[in-house]
Parts: sequence; structure tokens; C-alpha cells
Amino acid sequence: MHRALISGVAIAILCSVIGLFLVLRRYSLFGDAIAHSSFGGIALGLMAGVYPLWTAYGVSLASALIITKIKKKYDISGDAAIAVLLSSGIAVGLVIIGISGGFTIDIFSFLFGSILLVSVNETILILSLTGIILIVVLLLYRQLLYSTFNEEQAKVSGIPVEKINYLIVFMAGLTVVTSIQLVGVLLISALFVIPNVTAIMYGKGFKSTAILSISFSILSVVLGILISYIFDITPAGTIVLLSIGLFTGTMGIKSMGLLSKN
Amino acid sequence: MLKIVEIDHLNVKYPDVKALDDVSFSVNKGDFLGIIGPNGAGKSTLFASMLRLNTKYEGTIKFFGKDIRKSKDYLKEIGYVPQKPIFEKNFPATVNDVVRMGLRKESDVSKIDEILQQLWIHELSNRLIGELSGGQQQRVFIAKALVNKPKLLILDEPVAGIDQQSIDLFYSILRELNSKQKITIIWSSHDLDAVNQLANHVACLNRTLFFHGESDEFFENDELVKKYSEASMQEHMHHH
Repeated sequence: MHRALISGVAIAILCSVIGLFLVLRRYSLFGDAIAHSSFGGIALGLMAGVYPLWTAYGVSLASALIITKIKKKYDISGDAAIAVLLSSGIAVGLVIIGISGGFTIDIFSFLFGSILLVSVNETILILSLTGIILIVVLLLYRQLLYSTFNEEQAKVSGIPVEKINYLIVFMAGLTVVTSIQLVGVLLISALFVIPNVTAIMYGKGFKSTAILSISFSILSVVLGILISYIFDITPAGTIVLLSIGLFTGTMGIKSMGLLSKN
Repeated sequence: MLKIVEIDHLNVKYPDVKALDDVSFSVNKGDFLGIIGPNGAGKSTLFASMLRLNTKYEGTIKFFGKDIRKSKDYLKEIGYVPQKPIFEKNFPATVNDVVRMGLRKESDVSKIDEILQQLWIHELSNRLIGELSGGQQQRVFIAKALVNKPKLLILDEPVAGIDQQSIDLFYSILRELNSKQKITIIWSSHDLDAVNQLANHVACLNRTLFFHGESDEFFENDELVKKYSEASMQEHMHHH
């Protein structure tokens, strides 16, 4: 249980930080697309008898980088590129499952998450990746923010925008696969997107928005894990419903005019 | 005289048209160059090439004596204000955040307050960029361009869609930057009167360079002035 909470909090922080850059780049569904492509990787791992998250890391990082390259080279719009990636991951996964005659139980834990069953090694992996990614974000804070705000101006200021774009996609790929254990393949984009769109509604500066988003994310993850533990229901669904609750609550406050901007 | 920019036989071809045709000119330290010409004259292409946003050109562009194809170090000495900065309307960035993006050294953070005060936007420091008027946003982007104390400021027709009071304020800021702080300025504009008042050099561009010289020389040449005021009038009519 405490392992679930520790890993859950780490994933909550990671997803809202990376998600904020994705949301502001109009890449909200990118997390979803990588998650779906990682489904192919998971199926591959299960079939080959390898720890499925390793193959998921490989497949989702490769597809994240490929889709960014294709999008740039062939000038395909972001949403279309995401749609292609999303369906091909699932398709590959289904075919592999079909070929190997189906493996029912394991695949479900990846589709819907299994944070209550997280092992010591997995917790260490989650914490290390969270630490590394957060350090990178802090070190390159200005470059990440500036190239998200306006690519052209960032380029003129000498920022290597293309490398930064690949870095964000790469970090998003790592984050998605790491988070699969918490909410599963199907609900990942909720962790990337909902706390951030909620925080943005408060109309604060960048750092305050990030802190708000992290707080909302931690609140829903911790409460979600506790509630699901007590009532024996699925944590993934509970966590996402709680963050949707915070989102609709914020919309309510905003529509009543209680959120004065600064 | 120290040359800040040297452009030599610059040609830019797009599939259907020649955007820039054999353009050559130079800008000396302390110059205030106004570039005038109708829409589609190639001003934005010229700036994009000067800023390494367009690298498909023939000819050479040198900044501070060095070919920009060889090193992008010159960008550190330049502040750039785009025509209309594009960003997400609800982007969670305050004025302070935006100016800070331009800041190269985090240790120079006191420069932010300094520049905001200088441009009379200090009291907007904690407001979101998307909530400000066009004129205020423009001053924020000038502040961002100036925060590293550049030697050269490049502005791309930045008064489009801004109220008269803000435009006047903007012009007085430009004048002070050039005359008191000795910042070299390259500025593309539709407003011939303003160019006449502010710039000491003029370049007339319409794919090719029709005129480049001192501003007095241009404004004493009635034929050129008439031609370009007609061009800008037509454009004005076209806009409305």
C-alpha cells in the first residue's frame, strides 16, 4: 500500500509536469497515442516472455520519435499523426495477442493499471525515472518553456528548438510507460491533461500553474488509491473520476465568477 | 564606420516567385534603418533569412563581420520583435515569465524589473500576457528583446492593429533606444511619416532594392516618396 502511494505521487508529479508542456503545445492526445502504441510493445513482451514494460519502453519511444519525424517531414497535422500512431499500436497488439492465442489476465493489468500490486523494483524504477526527468526539466526550464511558447522566437534567441522538441517527446514516452502501472494504457491521457487544464483555468503564471496542476494531480492520485483500497474498486477509474471532479468544480467556481484573474 | 550587417547579393526563390532578387545593403553601428515596401515585398523573407529562420538563400549575410551560415553566436547580440507574436491565448505566462524567457543568464534577473520600468509596463508584471491589449503586448515583446541589452534591434512592422496612443509611445521608445542607448535598429514599416521622423536611413524593398540611403535623400526625392506613399495608401485601402 505505501509503495502504491509513493509510486502514485511520483507518477502524479511527472505526468502533470510533462503534460503541461504537451497541453500547451496542443499535443494533448500525444500521451494517449504513445500509450496505445505501448500496448503493442506490451503484447510483444508477453509473447516473447520478456518483462512487458521493457518492450513497451522500446516500442513507445521508437514510435514517439518516428511520429515526430514523419509529422515534420511530410507535414501531416498533429492530430492526424496521433490518430495513426494510436490505432497502429492497438492493431499490432491485437494481432500479436491473436497469434499467441491470447493472454487474458496480464493484459488487463496493463490496460487498466495495477498500482496496488507495484513491486519494490518497480517503485525504485518509477522514483529514479521521475527524479531524472524532473532534473532535466529544471535544468532546461527556460528552453522548454520558450520553445513551447513560441518556436520561432525561441529559434531566433538561439535555442535548439528541434532538439528540445525531440527531448519533450522522448520524456513523454518514458513518462507514459512509467505511468501505465498507475492508470493503465486507456486512461493515461487523463493524468497528462485534466490536472493541467484545471490549473490553467486559474489564470496564474507558469510556475504557479505547474504547482497547482501537481497539487491537483497528487490529490486525486492519493485519494483515489485510498478510496479504491478501502472500497475495493479499481484505482485507475477512481483517480480519473476524482481529477474530473476537480476539473468540473473549477469550471463551476469559474462560471460563478469567483476566479478573478490576479 | 563599424558594419553591423552586410548583405551581399541575397536571392531567395520560392517555387513560383522570386521573393528577393539580388538584394545588397549594409547597416552601420548606430543606424536607424527603416525598410519600406508593400505587402509581399519580401520584408519578412529578408528578416527570416537574417535570423536563420530561412536558410534557403543564395548570397551572403554577415553580422558583425561573420557569415551567419557559419555560426549562430550573433543571435546573442540581437533583439527581435516579430510582427505579431503568436501564442496560445490562455498560455499561463505572466509578463514577467515572458520577459524572463528572453533572459540568457538567470543571474541577470534584476534586469527584468529594470527593462519593465523603462518601458512603463512594470505594473503589468504579474498579469497574464494573453489578457493585455495589443499595445501592451508589443511593449512586453520589446522588453523581452531588450532584456539582454542587444547591440541590434530588429522589428517587423510591429504597429499593425495597435491604437494610436500606444504607437506614439512605441515611437518615442524607439527614438530613445537609438539616440540615447545607441542601439542600432532595423525596422520594417508601412508608415512613411513615422519612418521620416525616426529613421536616419531608408531602404525601399519590393522584391529587389529600389533605394537604400540616407533618409533625407529619400524624402527629398518626391517621385520615390509619391510611389511609396501610393503603395502604402493602396495597402491601407486594401486593409479596410
